[in-house]
Amino acid sequence: MMKYSESHIKELRERAKQIRRLIVQMLCKACSGHPGGSLSSTDLVTVLYFAVLRHRPQEPLWPDRDRFHMSKGHCCPLWYAVLAESGYFPKEKLWTLRQLGSMLQGHPDRRTPGVEVGSGSLGQGLSVACGMCLAGKMDKKEFRVYCLIGDGEMQEGNIWEAAMSAAHYKLDNLCVMLDFNGFQIDGKVADVMNVEPVKDKWKAFGWNTIEIDGHNIKEILSAYDKAAEAKGKPSIIIAHTVKGKGVSFMENMVDFHGRAPTKEETETALRELQ
Amino acid sequence: MGEMLYQRDVYGKTLVELGRENKDVVVMDADLSSSTRTNIFAREFPGRFFNCGVAEQNLMATAAGMASCSKIVFASTFAMFATGRAWDQVRNSICYNHLNVKIVATHAGLSVGPDGATHQALEDIALMRAIPNMNIIVPCDGPQTREAIIAASRIPGPFYIRLGRPKFPTLENKGEFVFGKAQVLMQGGDVAIIACGTMVNEAVSAAGSLLKKGVRARVINMHTIRPLDAGVIRLAAEETKGIVVCEEHSTVGGLSSAVGEVAAETRPVRVKRLCVRERFGQSGESSELLKEYNLTSGDIEKAAAGIVTGNDT
Repeated sequence: MMKYSESHIKELRERAKQIRRLIVQMLCKACSGHPGGSLSSTDLVTVLYFAVLRHRPQEPLWPDRDRFHMSKGHCCPLWYAVLAESGYFPKEKLWTLRQLGSMLQGHPDRRTPGVEVGSGSLGQGLSVACGMCLAGKMDKKEFRVYCLIGDGEMQEGNIWEAAMSAAHYKLDNLCVMLDFNGFQIDGKVADVMNVEPVKDKWKAFGWNTIEIDGHNIKEILSAYDKAAEAKGKPSIIIAHTVKGKGVSFMENMVDFHGRAPTKEETETALRELQ
Repeated sequence: MGEMLYQRDVYGKTLVELGRENKDVVVMDADLSSSTRTNIFAREFPGRFFNCGVAEQNLMATAAGMASCSKIVFASTFAMFATGRAWDQVRNSICYNHLNVKIVATHAGLSVGPDGATHQALEDIALMRAIPNMNIIVPCDGPQTREAIIAASRIPGPFYIRLGRPKFPTLENKGEFVFGKAQVLMQGGDVAIIACGTMVNEAVSAAGSLLKKGVRARVINMHTIRPLDAGVIRLAAEETKGIVVCEEHSTVGGLSSAVGEVAAETRPVRVKRLCVRERFGQSGESSELLKEYNLTSGDIEKAAAGIVTGNDT
């Protein structure tokens, strides 16, 4: 545990808060988008980009870079904020989210520096990540591939085709992060189409499973380490999260899956995120 | 008649050729490698062949991921499943990202034969033609299959290449294959016959019979459906009395639609379409089916003669 110093953890926590502020502001400016899932995945993706991922923001196509793919593409405000914070493009660009001609499309698009492959139609991204892993293994590259999926997304058949394939091809260079926030557009995941038992399902498909509190920085750091140590099988970090995390009136509110905050709500949110 | 060849055999062998040339050539299949003949490549390069099992969605999206890491990916299965089952993956993961995936689908059209309707893709060209960035080739025989595969491997971006199940006769003296440029196989100014795939040979036979009756038909092998050679269609429209289009595909969205669109927008002309009209396929031998669905050289001849004489109700 010594390797995660308190100051480093504190720094990551502050960074995540800054990312959350950017997300709320971007969505308010855009007047549409998906705050709930962006905020629930913020800690996972922030820790990934600022403590785990081997990447060069000034050289986005560096061949040996680790890859990140956001299969749940609707959470791209989070991705864009993290990319801007990392230095892939100027932060001013964030205020063009969802505008005509912007490189920051409503769902991820390759025209954004740092976006490997666009996404948006759920379920496909895990397969895309598997393809990257297979290519890496073929070329005997050391890079790892990280893929963010949602719990509602687990209802897609394509996810399970990919889950089977990743285990079959022993893709131990793959680490999936499941943003298990328990909500989807139509309500609670458990009510709409139950995905439990989540851990048992992934285990049965041959995966290394790591279950954590998706907002505990130390647990997230440790989970990425454990995933990297697992050999011969892909890993999934089942991260229990809170939809809308960090903004009290968005937390666990289905309404904020796909609704942008108003100006007043944004001000309140920013005060909470100080 | 030229040598009878399976396009898919030629495909498998061409993959090996490409695999030797370029280590970035990767091949994927969905449990049909013995039928699509990607197994020829798999035997030679087991480390660069990936079977996805019966999971076409995973096949296409995984191919996209590999292509994003600089691989030239050939993804194969039957035309029905490549385009129907995995359309969303082809659109959103492959084409939207403009990735270097070559979908080579076999067993297209009615000539699949006894397997029947669920395995006879008659809508695949329409499905692929509707997606931006997608290039489409329908080679007419074995040797052209090789040329098409090689051309596609050298042009970055997504391709859909449609192959048949049965052996096709090789058409002699077609000239060089140039992607995007139709081949005029026979010159003639009375009527034009535009065909792709299996139907090209039928079109040539029909034109031969017509010639004996004094009708000069221009035969066009429209091997590239996207980007379409609009120039050759405009010329046919200007210089002949009308166009017959034939293909093993639905009347909706295939080559015949594409030709009709160009003609309607630029040179309105009579376009008679020999395609499958609002019907599914069914079991039967290839030749029986082509007859049942009016896709024989005799049908083409009749349609072309009708245009020339004006008796084409």
